[in-house]
Amino acid sequence: MNAPALLDWTEGGEGIVWQHCDVCGHGWSFRRTFCPRCGAGTPASRQASGAGTVHAITRVMRAPSEALRPYAPYHIALVDLDEGVRVMAHADDGVAIGDRVKVGFVTFGDRIVPRFGKV
Amino acid sequence: MSWITGVGLTAFGKHPGRTTLDLMSEAATAALADAGLERRDVDGLLTGYSTTFPHLMLSTLFAEHFGIVPAYAHAIQLGGATGFAMAMAAHHIVDAGLARHVLVVAGENRLTGQSRDSAVQTLAQVGHPVYEVPLGATIPAYYGLVASRYMHEHGTTEQDFAALAVLMRSHAVRHPGAQFREPITEDDVLASKPVASPLKLLDCCPVSDGGAAFVVSREAVNAHSVRIRGAAQAHTHQHVSAAPSLTQFGAAASSRQALDIAGVSLADVDCAAIYDSFTITLTILLEEIGLAPRGQAGRLAREGHFGLGGAMPLNLHGGLLSYGHCGVGGAMAHLAETHRQLTGRAGDRQSGAPRLALLHGDGGVLSSHVTFIAERVG
Repeated sequence: MNAPALLDWTEGGEGIVWQHCDVCGHGWSFRRTFCPRCGAGTPASRQASGAGTVHAITRVMRAPSEALRPYAPYHIALVDLDEGVRVMAHADDGVAIGDRVKVGFVTFGDRIVPRFGKV
Repeated sequence: MSWITGVGLTAFGKHPGRTTLDLMSEAATAALADAGLERRDVDGLLTGYSTTFPHLMLSTLFAEHFGIVPAYAHAIQLGGATGFAMAMAAHHIVDAGLARHVLVVAGENRLTGQSRDSAVQTLAQVGHPVYEVPLGATIPAYYGLVASRYMHEHGTTEQDFAALAVLMRSHAVRHPGAQFREPITEDDVLASKPVASPLKLLDCCPVSDGGAAFVVSREAVNAHSVRIRGAAQAHTHQHVSAAPSLTQFGAAASSRQALDIAGVSLADVDCAAIYDSFTITLTILLEEIGLAPRGQAGRLAREGHFGLGGAMPLNLHGGLLSYGHCGVGGAMAHLAETHRQLTGRAGDRQSGAPRLALLHGDGGVLSSHVTFIAERVG
């Protein structure tokens, strides 16, 4: 599984981890113990560079809970990482589809989340 | 072969004090009455789920409550596609000889049975619990993402989305059971409160209380039985982050296969019932199925193509956007209206004398697709 050096925001670290199958070459975002394409049980977890391109973006005006209300409005984007994997994250104001972006990390409620800004 | 022999639909909106089982019972009673059947005739039962009333065995719980003893029963969960998935399953169940009359029923007090935050949070669980929900993503946000990409690739404008909201409202005006019946304009939609860009309040369906039911039978038991010609599904992903594309979903595959199984072509279809949780949902489904060219759904709506008396009447009860959305029963209202249109029983909403209808539902974030083809015979 994850080597100790890997930092993943879903576990409180300032980084994005993706997975890669050395057998079939498939890459993906959601952590698993096997490759969802070929089934091989030896996926490698890798640290993403944090660079990517915005595929889609929305400005959320209403947060889903009272705790997150003070953060609204905020942008949620789908970003295609340079490693070829699509991830959901926050984005800065003014970011648009097609923009080259780089990840940073911000506090959101009781945790940190990735937020992409223009390069 | 199978037949939809009766439909039942409650008004959608606020039903304070009424439970999931109350709303299911009202709809089921109406569907049986429409079919001319008694409780004892029902030997198959399909239910969906209710977010305000989670239960391990909703089908048999309802059977006991309503007073039926089915030989075959279970629940199905497929988000917004559940209603049409149940219709498809019922079609195959009666066709396989497992039951003579399958009652399909749904109901939920989704509006008054929980707080608004609770509804938003429950529905947001359609998102990934580790990779999406912690970001504060909501259902409108997932569809906002899809809409942003669709506009980017196909040139659709916010005004085009608005035209579909206006169309659904213009239909709901004629239905006494619709949750929202005040006419609106494209400017009203554009000026409504931003929710998740580019979607505004009037681009989003409301949360409703309501119930819907229908009976699928092995034989036509009355003059208004409608034949199910074929059905098909396609499932490409669950979470929007994992969708293979934000502009090509499973609707094309599902609808093509359903038409093939029915032995008809899209050109044979007289009217349509298409899932419309958001204006972007309706846009994508219409354009992917082929009922509108890419980027043209809004224009066609504005020109009357999808209206009463138009070339392809669509969701003449007002759709999820204006009749309302009570969960599983939401899309079943599309089926109830289609049944009435095909059998010439839609009153002042009747649009011509359609024979062949295409119905399409989706669940999740355009994740699960079910299409079926229904036909008036005789």
